[in-house]
Amino acid sequence: MNQHKTKELKAVNVISNELLTDDVHYISVDKPFDFKAGQVIAVAMQPTDEPRLYSIASGISKKHLSILFDVKPEGELTPPLSVVKPGDTIYISEPFGKFLCLDSPATWIATGTGIAPFISLVESKQANNVNLLHGARTLDKFFFQDYLEEQLGNNYQRFCTTEASEKTTEGRLTSYLKNSENLPTNNKYYLCGSSQMVIDVREILIAKGVAFDNIIAEIYF
Amino acid sequence: MSKEALYGKTLSELKACVKDLGLPAFTSKQIADWLYKKHVTTIDDMTNLSKKARIQLNEKYEVGLMPPQSFQESVDGTKKYLYQTNNNQFIEAAYLPEENRNTLCISSQVGCKMGCLFCMTARQGFQKNLTSNEILNQIASLPERDTLTNVVYMGMGEPMDNIENVLKSLEIITAEWGYAWSPRRINVSTIGVIPAMRRFIEESEAHLAISLHSPFNEERKQLMPIENVYTAEKLVEALHDYDFGRQRRISFEYIMFKGVNDSAQHVKGLLQLLNGIKCRINLIHFHPIPNSPLEGSDYKTMEFFRDKLSQKGITTTIRKSRGEDIYAACGLLSTKKLLKENSDTDY
Repeated sequence: MNQHKTKELKAVNVISNELLTDDVHYISVDKPFDFKAGQVIAVAMQPTDEPRLYSIASGISKKHLSILFDVKPEGELTPPLSVVKPGDTIYISEPFGKFLCLDSPATWIATGTGIAPFISLVESKQANNVNLLHGARTLDKFFFQDYLEEQLGNNYQRFCTTEASEKTTEGRLTSYLKNSENLPTNNKYYLCGSSQMVIDVREILIAKGVAFDNIIAEIYF
Repeated sequence: MSKEALYGKTLSELKACVKDLGLPAFTSKQIADWLYKKHVTTIDDMTNLSKKARIQLNEKYEVGLMPPQSFQESVDGTKKYLYQTNNNQFIEAAYLPEENRNTLCISSQVGCKMGCLFCMTARQGFQKNLTSNEILNQIASLPERDTLTNVVYMGMGEPMDNIENVLKSLEIITAEWGYAWSPRRINVSTIGVIPAMRRFIEESEAHLAISLHSPFNEERKQLMPIENVYTAEKLVEALHDYDFGRQRRISFEYIMFKGVNDSAQHVKGLLQLLNGIKCRINLIHFHPIPNSPLEGSDYKTMEFFRDKLSQKGITTTIRKSRGEDIYAACGLLSTKKLLKENSDTDY
């Protein structure tokens, strides 16, 4: 496959469009391709539009393929994508990418909608011997937290920067990492989120003795 | 800047502006001439426009050039200029004088989203895409502007992540109504954002420089997160779709890290990966950044690497380091210290 030339985008039916919080949607579409957990697809409203990339946020055995995204009011794709209805058509590429998180033991670190590939991995039953750390600004941004808690138990930790609850740790994920005295240095670390998060977390991990080749990051751009 | 900048608009955009103001269509060509050939700094300097036209233009527009805020000069003659953007952020551009050519290395974004492990710009995260005005202002407001022979888009940011504005600026530099430079005087770098790179190849004729740094997927992922999405293998596969002709150059940039990507295995990996691509490889000495886990390969290793690749038919050179003492060298540009701290993060 040559990376998503427009002619390679495929029309798919929208199955559902779920509003998870005020600006985050979880959209499911027909699944025309098999994929590997952790991969991305290119998404566009029209076959001639410039597509954007999204991590697949559903398991490999699920009937439908889903993505998780927040609406960027200035963006060209997410405002129209946020109002699609079941039966509408959108365009997606074949899945691609290599953020497959195959190694364990591993620590998975996500912020905001960066949780998407990890949801796919957990739903695909590929989350053995992993710790998942998720940072978010508000409590409603821990997407699929009940499911992740059920699947991962204590290996799922939430860090909330502005609100408190008994299930979350108050404060920044980066502060937790900085203050941790027993970070496993031989684990693989898989990071997904904004580039700034990736940079900051990677610096902390390296300062804590984690070798750079044990840190693999997926960035949003 | 409260008024809209004219500098950075393409001829078709200038035509739309003059049409909007009810001015004669030929005015757009005159404006382009004043902007891109004579580099005037005020609309009042456009003396072949009618007074009425200048008044009308002044109401809504300004030329929009901003001189650099400051500069530093290296012992090797390299100068690093600091420019302010229209929203009061900062970018850097490096002027590299040599005996037979004077090159300006310009930025395309404030910061960068790509998160490469070895790059100083990556450490400041991403703040914004530069407009074509802000990209071209680095050239137009450079004190040495008239001595420039080459421009490289290798400063802060990933040019393919701001492809619209980069293409617009390239159009202005190369068009007859613009600077009328040959595209062969321009080199645009990318880490391999494939869809935008395709657009660049199709819509511009400038040279292309691809930051590779490893031929191996797992290793490149550790150095450059982009490899998780657009692998080097797919990148090279995409290049095979195009005929670059004899004049247009593709080069691969390869920073050499001690004990990481400088072995004979890597030579073999590069030869396999680049098989069939007419290209050259530039080996770059790693300029260490603070707290980096990486070290640069020594020059003996770099020479060995260069010779092995050259023997196999790939023109390979070791790029001379410039401006390292003022943090103007490859991978060192950053305006992080000038950023306002953002406390509103989700981590």
